[in-house]
Order: sequence, then structure tokens, then C-alpha cells
Amino acid sequence: MTLRDSLPSATAQAASPMVVSEGVHKRFGALEVLKGVTLSVNAGEVMCLVGPSGSGKSTFLRCINHLEQISAGRLYVDGELVGYRQRGDRLFEMHPKDAARQRRQIGMVFQRFNLFPHMTALENIVAAPVKDQGRRREAAIEQGRDLLKQVGLSDKADAYPAQLSGGQQQRVAIARALAMEPKLMLFDEPTSALDPELVGEVLDVMRALADKGMTMIVVTHEMGFAREVADSLVFMDDGVVVEAGNPREVLANPTHARTRAFLSKVL
Amino acid sequence: MSSRAPNDVGSLPIDAVPLRHPGRTASALVIVALLGLFLYGAATNSAYEWSTYAAYLLDERISRAAVITLMLTVLAMVIGVVLGVLLAVMRLSPNRVLRSVSWGFVWFFRGTPVYVQLVFWGLITTIYRTVDLGVPFGPQFLHISTSSFAENFFWLAVIGLGLNESAYMAEIVRAGISSVDEGQYEAATALGMSWREATTLVVLPQAMRVIIPPTGNELISMLKTTSLVTAIPYTQDLYSRARDLAVETFNPVPMLLVASTWYLFFTSILMVGQFYLERHFGRGASRAASSKQLKTLAAAQLRDDKAVR
Repeated sequence: MTLRDSLPSATAQAASPMVVSEGVHKRFGALEVLKGVTLSVNAGEVMCLVGPSGSGKSTFLRCINHLEQISAGRLYVDGELVGYRQRGDRLFEMHPKDAARQRRQIGMVFQRFNLFPHMTALENIVAAPVKDQGRRREAAIEQGRDLLKQVGLSDKADAYPAQLSGGQQQRVAIARALAMEPKLMLFDEPTSALDPELVGEVLDVMRALADKGMTMIVVTHEMGFAREVADSLVFMDDGVVVEAGNPREVLANPTHARTRAFLSKVL
Repeated sequence: MSSRAPNDVGSLPIDAVPLRHPGRTASALVIVALLGLFLYGAATNSAYEWSTYAAYLLDERISRAAVITLMLTVLAMVIGVVLGVLLAVMRLSPNRVLRSVSWGFVWFFRGTPVYVQLVFWGLITTIYRTVDLGVPFGPQFLHISTSSFAENFFWLAVIGLGLNESAYMAEIVRAGISSVDEGQYEAATALGMSWREATTLVVLPQAMRVIIPPTGNELISMLKTTSLVTAIPYTQDLYSRARDLAVETFNPVPMLLVASTWYLFFTSILMVGQFYLERHFGRGASRAASSKQLKTLAAAQLRDDKAVR
């Protein structure tokens, strides 16, 4: 029996898992950053990933869309093995072309936005759909304007990133990720680089996205957002999941000492 | 308690007496005077033979040599840029052999004088009389006798200048690519772009901002370095022809001025081209709004002001 057969998705339930992580390890040389992460996120759910810096949250997120190659364990997105192809008992490294195809189903938002500075907001959004998916330019532009409207930036289509505030840049970055029409959105501390008064506008966009039923994994320090929006909260420390559960319960009654110590510092 | 009403001075534009700079004015006058004296001296000095200069400036032999110099420059630069990009990519590749070969190439061609290299290229056909490609003690695939190239000094000059240039271009391109934030490549990858798409759409356009100014320098430098091809020896370029004609006029000075004028002419054209290239690749680099955007913002402000009143 392969691992795939043992997945809950085979039992065809309403809540099918979008992301399944089984004992994921990640080593950088001698340094082990992830020491066996096991968790799953169902389609349409929002998971918030919290923990002290250096706990492996961001690394785990980057493993999900194969920006980092995992060292051990198995990682599935929508039932498909990430970064590898399985034939019998052997794993084969995936061709970059196939890895790129997988990544197109996963949107990623970075702490430092990483917008392309030589392109306008609209060009940032349109670039990948036109190049990768071979969509018609006019259709992509129309969709791009629509996305800018959704994130409240219709009037900034022709502005370059350097002319936008941090919050506006991050909202463009979210629109850019959505343009690929992903099944899953990953947010890597999306508000950590923002001035406090700009955090709200980005969280509002994310909340609207969650309300529409997007599956999201959010690495964040915004406990308020986690409490109100997330379906589950995972506390990570030192490369392992320490505690996971309903955000309200975990935040109100953390069972582990490490969780309590961390929450007492951030809350 | 404030002693002035807010409308007293606050909204009036400042009309202050400008600070005088007597030192600046005096030094400017001295320099202008010296420049005037030099120009007067040059115009009246018979050694310059301005009449000869005028007669030869548009001489067909000179203009043809100028075109050849331009061709040498462009062709050598094309080799330099193409090979330079290749060397830079090799240098950044994960493959250790490619990295080392690229490093060694740059080390050699940057570390020896271009004049010496050109002399060497002039002798290449006596060093290598035939080029054979095949399996040792086995079949031959290619056999070329280099004697057919021996007289083609133009192409030897192009190759010599181009290979030397590629070493410098490799470093310029490498610096440009390294200057682009790693997050840019990562964001492109996360959007499902391939290495090629990420490089050509995202990384290189940003690297260009760093690559173009020194490349413009290299191009202008190359235009002048072509005067060294006499080492090959190739003698159809601008400087060589000007020297040949100086034998005819018995005075090298006006011919040097003729050659310099042509070099300056081409350099000026290249500078204009560089200005537009820099502007194109500099888009998005500045927070400052363009004049068009400023106008739109000012119009919006005016509308808001009216609405408030």
C-alpha cells in the first residue's frame, strides 16, 4: 500500500485535505531546521502558523511550493506529491517544468512583497499568466484590473512599486498571486514589514479571501487575525509542531509550557 | 502664546535676498579667460594647419577608415557582450568545471595587455598552421589550413578585441546579475516561471540598470582601443589611415585632429544612445513621480481644495 492510498482523501469526504505533511524534515547541511512536521489542511480552511523566529515556520511554507526541497518525509498538495514523482517505491526528482506547473497552483505572498520593481502594478499581475499559462494579453489585463479592484487599488494600475506604500505593495502582491488562480495561498509573515497603520488594510484583503473559501496557510504574528479568521492554529518551535487546534482554545488555554511562554510574549 | 496670526506670514511665498558667492564668480571668470586664450592660440598657431584639417576632414579615405573603425568596434563589442554573458552565466553556474573555466578565461584575458594579445593574434596562423578535429589515432572530422586566414587581419582584429572585451563584460554582467535581490528570482519562481523566464523577464531587466552604464564606457573605450590593431598589423582603421595620410601632408598634427574629430563624433552619438537606454531600464527605479503623474496629482489636489471650500 502506498502512502497515497492511506490518505483521508481516498475516503471521499466533504472536507478533503489540500495540504498533507507527513514527518517532513529539512536539513541545510548539518543544520536540521524541520524535524518531522506532520499536519494537514483541508480545502477551504485557513491555518495560522505561529512560533518564535527560527522555529521553521517560513522554511515549512517554502517547502510546500518546493522553493526548498525536503530532506525526509512526504508532502502532498491536493493529493499530489510535491517536487517528486513516485514510481513503485522509488522517488524521482521532478523536472523543473513539472515543478513550475505545481507552483502555479500555489500562490505565495512574501514578507518583503518582492514585487518586480521595473513593472507597473498591473504588469506585475499580468506577467506570469501571459507567459506561463499562455493566456491572451487582453484577457489577462482585464482580469488584472478586476483583481486590483478587489484589493482596492483600481487607481494604482500604472504606478510602479516604488511609488506605493508598503500596504499597497503587499495588496498588489496578493493580487499577483491570485492572478494564477491558485488552489492554495501561502502567506509568509505578510504584515511583518509594514507600518502598524498599514497592517489592517492587508489583513482585510486576506479576510475577504478567506470568506470566499480560499485555502490559506498564514505564517503570522497577528494573533487577532488568527483568532477571528483561522480555522486552526499551529504552534511550531524548534522544527516541530508543539501544539495545534482551534485558535480560540489554543490562545486561551495553551496546554504546553513552550506555547504559554511564547504567547505571553506576543499577546 | 503666538505673537503672529497664522495668516500673517505663513502662507506667503518666501522672498529672501540670495546669498552672494564672490569666490565662485571670480574662479569662473579666470577659467573662461584662460579658455579664451587657449582657443585664440589654437586658432592662430600655424602648426595646427587648419586649412589642411578642413581639406582632409571629409576626405573619402578618412571617412571610409572611420566606417571600418566603427565596424571593428561594433563587431568586437558583439563578441564581447555575447561571450561575456555566457562567461557570467558560467561563473554563476552550480557546475564547478564551468565556474573554473570562466574564472581562468577572465584571469588570462584581463591580466595581459590587449596590445600583446593583438600581436599574438597576428601570429596565430604561424603558430597553428592547421586545425584538426578528430579522435587521436582515429578518424578526422575537420581539417582546416589556417593559411587562408593569414591575410584576413580584419577578422583577426575583431576576434582579438572581442575576446579581450568579453573578459571585462563577464565581470560587468556578473556584477549586474548579483545586484538583483534574491527575492526577485524567488517570487518569479513561486509564480511558476521557469529559470529562463525568470532570468529574461525579471532578473536581467533589473540587472540592465547596473550593466548599461559600464557597458557604455566599454563601448566608447573599444572605439578608441581599435587604434591598437596596428599591432596585428591591420592598417585600414581610422588612426592608421590618418597616420598614412600625414606622410602625404608632411605634418601629423592636422591629421591627428581629423582622427580625433571623428572619434569624438562617434563617442557623442554613443553617449546619446546610452542616455536613452539608461532611461528605459531605469523605469520604476525612482520614487519620484513622472511629470505626467505629478500633473495628475496636482489636478486631484486642486479638485479636493475646491470641494473643501
